[in-house]
Amino acid sequence: MPNSVISSPHVPRVNRVDRVMLDVLLALIPGILVMTWFFGWGLLINCVLAVTFAVAAETVVMLLRGRSPLIALRDLSAVVTAVLFALSVPPILPWWLTLLGMLFAIILVKQLYGGLGYNPFNPAMAAYVFLLISYPVAMTTWLAPAGLAEHPLSFMESLRLILNGTLPTGFEWDALSSATPLDEMRGKLDLGQTIEQIGQSQTWGWLGGRGWEWVGVAFLLGGVYLLWRRLITWHIPVSMLLGLTATATLFWAIDPHTHPSPIFHLFSGAAMLGAFFIATDPVTACTTKKGQLVFGASIGLIVYVIRSWGGYPDAVAFAVLLMNIAAPTIDYYTQPRVFGHGSART
Amino acid sequence: MLVAILAIAALAAFFGILLGYSAIRFRVEGDPIADQIDALLPQTQCGQCGHPGCRPYAEALAKGEEEINKCLPGGEALVLALADLLGREPVAMDIKEKIPSVAFIEPEDCIGCTRCIQACPVDAIIGAAKQLHAVINSECTGCELCVEPCPVACIQMRPIQEDIQRWRWPYPARQPVESDSAAPLRDAA
Amino acid sequence: MVIALKPKSSPERRLWRFHGGIHIPDEKALSNGRAIERAPLAARLWVPLQQHIGAPGRPLIAVGDSVLKGQMIAEPTGFISAPVHAPTSGRVVAIEPHPVPHPSGLSAPCALIEPDGAETWAELPPPLADYPQLDPALIRERIRWAGVVGMGGASFPTSVKLTPGTDREIHTLIINGAECEPYITCDDRLMRERAAHILEGVRIMHHLLRVRTVLIGIEDNKPEAIAAMQLALAETDMGGYTEIVTIPTLYPSGGEKQLIRILTGKEVPTSGIPAQIGIVCQNVSTAAAVADAVLEGRPLIARVVTVTGHAIAEPRNLEVPVGTPIEHLIAQCGGYRETPRKLICGGPMMGFELRESTTPITKSTNCLLALAPAEAPDPEPALACIRCGRCAEVCPAKLLPQQLYWNARAKDLDRVQDYNLFDCIECGCCAQVCPSHIPLVQYYRYAKTEIWAREQEKRKSEQARARHAAKQARLERQEQEKQARLRKQKEALAAKPAAAADGDDAKKVLIEAARQRAAERKRSDAAGQD
Ligand code: SF4
Ligand code: SF4
Ligand code: SF4
Ligand code: SF4
Repeated sequence: MPNSVISSPHVPRVNRVDRVMLDVLLALIPGILVMTWFFGWGLLINCVLAVTFAVAAETVVMLLRGRSPLIALRDLSAVVTAVLFALSVPPILPWWLTLLGMLFAIILVKQLYGGLGYNPFNPAMAAYVFLLISYPVAMTTWLAPAGLAEHPLSFMESLRLILNGTLPTGFEWDALSSATPLDEMRGKLDLGQTIEQIGQSQTWGWLGGRGWEWVGVAFLLGGVYLLWRRLITWHIPVSMLLGLTATATLFWAIDPHTHPSPIFHLFSGAAMLGAFFIATDPVTACTTKKGQLVFGASIGLIVYVIRSWGGYPDAVAFAVLLMNIAAPTIDYYTQPRVFGHGSART
Repeated sequence: MLVAILAIAALAAFFGILLGYSAIRFRVEGDPIADQIDALLPQTQCGQCGHPGCRPYAEALAKGEEEINKCLPGGEALVLALADLLGREPVAMDIKEKIPSVAFIEPEDCIGCTRCIQACPVDAIIGAAKQLHAVINSECTGCELCVEPCPVACIQMRPIQEDIQRWRWPYPARQPVESDSAAPLRDAA
Repeated sequence: MVIALKPKSSPERRLWRFHGGIHIPDEKALSNGRAIERAPLAARLWVPLQQHIGAPGRPLIAVGDSVLKGQMIAEPTGFISAPVHAPTSGRVVAIEPHPVPHPSGLSAPCALIEPDGAETWAELPPPLADYPQLDPALIRERIRWAGVVGMGGASFPTSVKLTPGTDREIHTLIINGAECEPYITCDDRLMRERAAHILEGVRIMHHLLRVRTVLIGIEDNKPEAIAAMQLALAETDMGGYTEIVTIPTLYPSGGEKQLIRILTGKEVPTSGIPAQIGIVCQNVSTAAAVADAVLEGRPLIARVVTVTGHAIAEPRNLEVPVGTPIEHLIAQCGGYRETPRKLICGGPMMGFELRESTTPITKSTNCLLALAPAEAPDPEPALACIRCGRCAEVCPAKLLPQQLYWNARAKDLDRVQDYNLFDCIECGCCAQVCPSHIPLVQYYRYAKTEIWAREQEKRKSEQARARHAAKQARLERQEQEKQARLRKQKEALAAKPAAAADGDDAKKVLIEAARQRAAERKRSDAAGQD
């Protein structure tokens, strides 16, 4: 029975995919809490909905493929995808859009390619972009953060809004929603205002948009946890943030009146979430260290380009997807010098 | 807007150049295609592909007149290699790969008629008229062409004994459970 | 813990790091507390007739022969080859295939010896105590005669390694006492108990190689061994060129290439050998065997084996004759405490499973490991690679195990070599940390053996092609010759009437030829016509 031969090592394995994913979820908790604090229950409801839909989609696909759904569910990757998606979309996204997004992410982006490990694109980001292109209005209607909102939504109000589209009595959309800081910045810059004028508005806080800055800080914190647990290495987050900072600093130095400061860029939109949780998705990122530096820096650069001149105010999703395409090629050309080889292969 | 278009265009151009460069850099030059195919064929000369030997099959393949799954000794590995070389879709083999064997002549029964010698494409049988014949194991390709002509049916094919030198590590039985993107398999459970 | 005991290594020696590596529980305390014990003789010994890498030996015995302890029973057949000696006196009962320690579990020719219990030694060559005055070739011949092979697992004939080529100078001899695999303690105990003997062996090798420096690398989880070796070194005159270097405990620092890197900062070139960079590396057990051979004229017929694992009742180190079946060793250690999940030959990171309890130990078997179910749980089903890159972080060869895996799994044997498959030392670090529990090393071993097999097949098919072409050519030639003969005949016939008109000489020749032909034909089928 030659097939019973099992090769060394004959020791217990130390890591597990599900524990890795669980740790990622743990690291997301500060961000989830802060976002819930600023944007209300809708965020949590979205998380729960997205997770439910993702798990259901995964189960169905696995059953259709004639395999046990537990195999795919056990690794918790669907949950991570769902939560990342829920954190990227507006907290009052209609439920059916979440459903659509999750079906797209799990079935088309992940399972059709063969499941976890074989998907070339980050499922959460692919779903985000798909919805953003198909439903631009719903996908860009953000709530005003706590402290600025006229009427913080209660749990039931959020639920009704998400499931039914029913606004709380006596309120119009305009009263609830507000542009994200990135939106506002782009909009007002296009109107010819200077950074100083824009900064006068009460929506601005200490590092970036009010509320948003703290979200960024919370994800940074989660990222530090991931680094500490050695679930990710510094290469992608640092190079991505550096890529963004460097580009932003350059333009800011050229003209600080029309280009927001690098700090603003770092603490706005999905920069922190992207740097630590999205670009670092191992399946779709580069796998060589040098490659990761190129990968991260390119994302940072593309984010800046799209934020400043592109059609969409935030760009992390686009940038990540673009670089996902390039990852295998980058990997091929950035192989490390193997032990005993005189010089690096090209 | 313009900058973005330029940026994307620049990116596209960059990757285009990269692709073009790798196409040039990694292009395989050299042998006429029939030679390349012949180099892949196992040279068993068994004729099971329906051609009188490996070289004719290679030439038929080069002309595109043949399927790539005709060579039984080459098996699946060869189909994949040929598909790769010729840029064709891999086709399934109809028949299972056979266990590597060599011919063995029962010394008791051989009448020394030399027919097997004439049949053997690689001269792996030694003997003269009216004398006992024997197979040189190291030269026999296992093509079985000598089995049929023997008037007293004293040639058998015997599987090659597995020994430590020849032993190979088996392909891992514990397959990643989601690795079946191309062909749905049974449940891993 | 042991900081106080930790001997100071000379402060000026700089150590280098190799990439990656992992820390694993070393479990050495199981077996390193007891002194090496000599095990009583087993009732039957299966002595494999080949216990080295290289050309197989030629058996010198027949069934029924009596053999004496230390008598050569298989002689070397080439330069890279080694003899085998009878581990005890007794009778050869059989020479037959028997399972040997090999991952395949397959059999190889073994001499089954039934000991007579007298342990009568064969006549041994004289000790070469005055080796510094002797011709190095003589000493090498002695080491070769003694059948000394690398005892750390590689089993490469030592005399070959001690014969430096003329083109490159060997400047450093590295003695490997790292013993980085968990559980194994045979080198540890040997260094503690027989440090002086090891150093004797080192001195002989130093003499043979004429190296400038000898570095003895020992991991810092073996403070007693380090202390014993230093004490022993202080009593010799070797201090001028020998240094005992304490290296940090990190698996796989005992890998030859890794140890060389740690101690010298140099990298053995890919698919090269250490001699190319002026270094020779030997294991401490091998050094002791060299001392045995040269100073006592004793061949390598016994070795120290660690018998350990949580399934063994009383783990310890045993000195046993080569050929002893493993069941005997386990019985000597009090049998099993619980049913083992696996029986491993070698360490848990690189060893392989044994399936027959009568498998004998060989010159290179350093450890017999009976792992309890808790130590070696059944591997969980592998998940897909998530490309997390942990494997690459720990790979001491700086490979990209995930890419190797990807291509090995797809059976893309060319691409997998693009990613330098053959630089993989099969250390198992990658598989140990992989969160998807992919049996990575097995993929690499599969790919390596498959590539070798394909190369062999290719050579064989080249040969077949040549033979086929030769046969075709021969048939064609025969055909042509036949045609030529026929043509000649026809020509001759056609020429006949014309020839009549010709000169007499030509006519005569032709007639003569025709007559001969006719006679020949008549002789052959007795139906000749003119
Ligand atoms: S001996 Fe028979 S089986 Fe072997 S190569 Fe010749 S014809 Fe083929
Ligand atoms: S064909 Fe059969 S009988 Fe004739 S020579 Fe060959 S083995 Fe012998
Ligand atoms: S450690 Fe395992 S899952 Fe991670 S990249 Fe390596 S092979 Fe893939
Ligand atoms: S087994 Fe090979 S690939 Fe894996 S870590 Fe060791 S050297 Fe690297």
